[in-house]
Amino acid sequence: MIRHAILRVLSKLLIPLIFLFALYVQFFGDYGPGGGFQAGVIFGAAVILYALMFGLRDAERVFRPRVLEIAVACGLMLYGSVGVLTILLGGNFLDYDVLAHLPTHGQERGIFLVELGVGITVASVMTTIFFQFANRGRDND
Amino acid sequence: MITILLDRIGRSLLPLLVAAPLLSATVCILLRRARWAWSLALVVSWGVFADAAYLLYHVVHFGPISYAQGGWRAPWGIELRLDLLNALVLVIVTGICAVVALAAPRSLAQEVPERKHYRIWALYLLCMTGLAGMTITGDAFNIFVFLEISSLSSYVLISQGTTRRALTSSVQYLVMGTIGGTFFLLGVGMIYMVTGTLNIHDMAVQLSTVGPNRTVLVALACIGVGVGIKLAVFPLHIWLPNAYTFAPAIVTAFLAATATKVAYYVLVRFVFSVFGVHLAFNELHLHVVLLPLAILAMFMGSIVAIFQSDIKRMLAYSSVAQIGYMVFGLSLASLPGLTGGIVHLFNHALMKSGLFLVMACVLLRTGSTKLEAMHGLGRKMPLTMAAFVLGGLSLAGVPATVGFVSKWFLVKGALEAGYWYLAVLVLLSSLLALVYIWRVVEVAYFRPPHPDGPEIREAPLSMLVPTWMLIGATLVFGLYTPFSVGVAQAAAKMLLGISS
Amino acid sequence: MISTGLYNYWVVIVLMMTGLYVVIARGNLLKKIIGLNIFQVSVIMFYVSMGKINGGTAPIVAKGFEVYSNPIPSVLMLTAIVVGVATSAVGLSLLVRIQEAYGTIEEDDIRTEERQEEIS
Repeated sequence: MIRHAILRVLSKLLIPLIFLFALYVQFFGDYGPGGGFQAGVIFGAAVILYALMFGLRDAERVFRPRVLEIAVACGLMLYGSVGVLTILLGGNFLDYDVLAHLPTHGQERGIFLVELGVGITVASVMTTIFFQFANRGRDND
Repeated sequence: MITILLDRIGRSLLPLLVAAPLLSATVCILLRRARWAWSLALVVSWGVFADAAYLLYHVVHFGPISYAQGGWRAPWGIELRLDLLNALVLVIVTGICAVVALAAPRSLAQEVPERKHYRIWALYLLCMTGLAGMTITGDAFNIFVFLEISSLSSYVLISQGTTRRALTSSVQYLVMGTIGGTFFLLGVGMIYMVTGTLNIHDMAVQLSTVGPNRTVLVALACIGVGVGIKLAVFPLHIWLPNAYTFAPAIVTAFLAATATKVAYYVLVRFVFSVFGVHLAFNELHLHVVLLPLAILAMFMGSIVAIFQSDIKRMLAYSSVAQIGYMVFGLSLASLPGLTGGIVHLFNHALMKSGLFLVMACVLLRTGSTKLEAMHGLGRKMPLTMAAFVLGGLSLAGVPATVGFVSKWFLVKGALEAGYWYLAVLVLLSSLLALVYIWRVVEVAYFRPPHPDGPEIREAPLSMLVPTWMLIGATLVFGLYTPFSVGVAQAAAKMLLGISS
Repeated sequence: MISTGLYNYWVVIVLMMTGLYVVIARGNLLKKIIGLNIFQVSVIMFYVSMGKINGGTAPIVAKGFEVYSNPIPSVLMLTAIVVGVATSAVGLSLLVRIQEAYGTIEEDDIRTEERQEEIS
């Protein structure tokens, strides 16, 4: 835990805002620059800042590595399932028109779900990469 | 209700080739037990193989299949397009994936700790996703995406080898493979700048109106170099021997038969379908570059293979030589030449993965793949070594094996083009293959086994059956050629624009 | 000779050659991976600068604008950036393992050790 006063105060103020910004970028991807990958990276950056400031042990208590591994798989599964769902509903693979009664609503829903899957996977992957690198040399497995 | 669902799935068999392994890879990460992950990977790879075989049947009888992904029709959307060429490549790639997965558990257990197996299977399925996607897509940028998916998973798979040299081989492959992928991306960008489209079919139409300007020629060169690195064409093959030698035996058997074959398919697709024979061979003179490199590959690969003491390394250099044959067929740009190249893609995949599975058996029982460890194996592991002998005869091009079929077409193509000296060179390099195969045969059959070595038994059935499936296929397709040659010839006719 | 309208291609070429030079000429594996990144960035620059149309505004539908820049190259480069990140991640993980196994990430030292291993 870094005991420098300025760093601690500022990070306590900024980390929640960074998480919020990541969520904003995630959901605003329809109307402006943004989307799943960018949001995932910003989310991961916030987690890394937390780990740098408050120590790897505390960060791993909040974001458990086992849960992150499951999240990586689940995000990608969400993406693939949307594609298979559109096939089962009668359209082509990843044809979002069939997801709702109106094609435009279907497109919105499809893009939302797909970007959510991407965001979950990317955030978990970025965090996992950092934790794996940081743990190397502490307890070699 | 069920029939409606099945009907909808049946209409979307093409994207399922990619979606099924992708989803199964995520499920494999959630399943921690090695057994469960292996069973899932086995079921999915055989399912994808059955799907690919059905699609080949459909393409042969009813013509090319086009599938608009996302509901957006080409050229605005990503189109999945299956014609004779990629249907054949798809069948052989998914077939190899399925058969090698059968043989994998015992061999993997020897080289990788059991708790990591579920990740190996997830990576295996991801690599299959990338390879299948590269084969079926009709969009140039999509090829890049799937290329990188398969490459990244293969870098990680290669690094799972037992020695620390696996790590350096993987880094070497990573650096060279990424340079290759980026050059390919650069070429695709230049084509996009000139034609405004990324759809392969549409590109061909637009490029025929644009004609040969400098951007188009540089684009072809960039794509040629990029794909050439992944294909391990002669001077760009440096990553191949290390990567094949130090990867786990099953991973080598899987990669040797798939990664370079799909790269060859991409090269053929771009040279013949997108750019066309006139632009590639009359304007850019591709054959002036590729023919000498192919001949050099044939000789260099075979000669260096003769001096190797590690048999996996010997087979890797032999692969470089065989890729030289495929590139030779491509650069002839005639019907027998291109048929020879495509049919050699099919045959070499069968031969090499069979031979590498034999080495996996040898590694399992003797603990080493070096030539000294193979003393007297002809008596201790008769079935395994018989498979090696058959595969080796096929490499040399002995009649009644698949190797002979490809050499036949390549020599015929060289003679028809008037290059009789090249035909002689092709035959000479085939004789070199006999030399390095004879080294192994002599040691295995005519030297007594080490007296103080461990007790060596025959390879387990779970590995013998897939090995003999592949080696047996080299015999079957060498004697019964209408399937492979028929499809390859029809594909070559379509690519060269010859109406049958 | 140097046309001012083509300066983006000059930037692309300079970055590309720098990246390739670093990959080929530097023996430290980490520097090779950095050179690889520079090479990938040059291709990203190529695509993104290809999308800009003279007089075109940002590709978000708005009243009063008819000419929009091409959004497709930027979208394609999102994927390429992700690929670059993933490649760097795999490469750096391998470097960490190589450092633990060999004690060095200099290519020459690694090659010397491998050659000694082969001889013995």
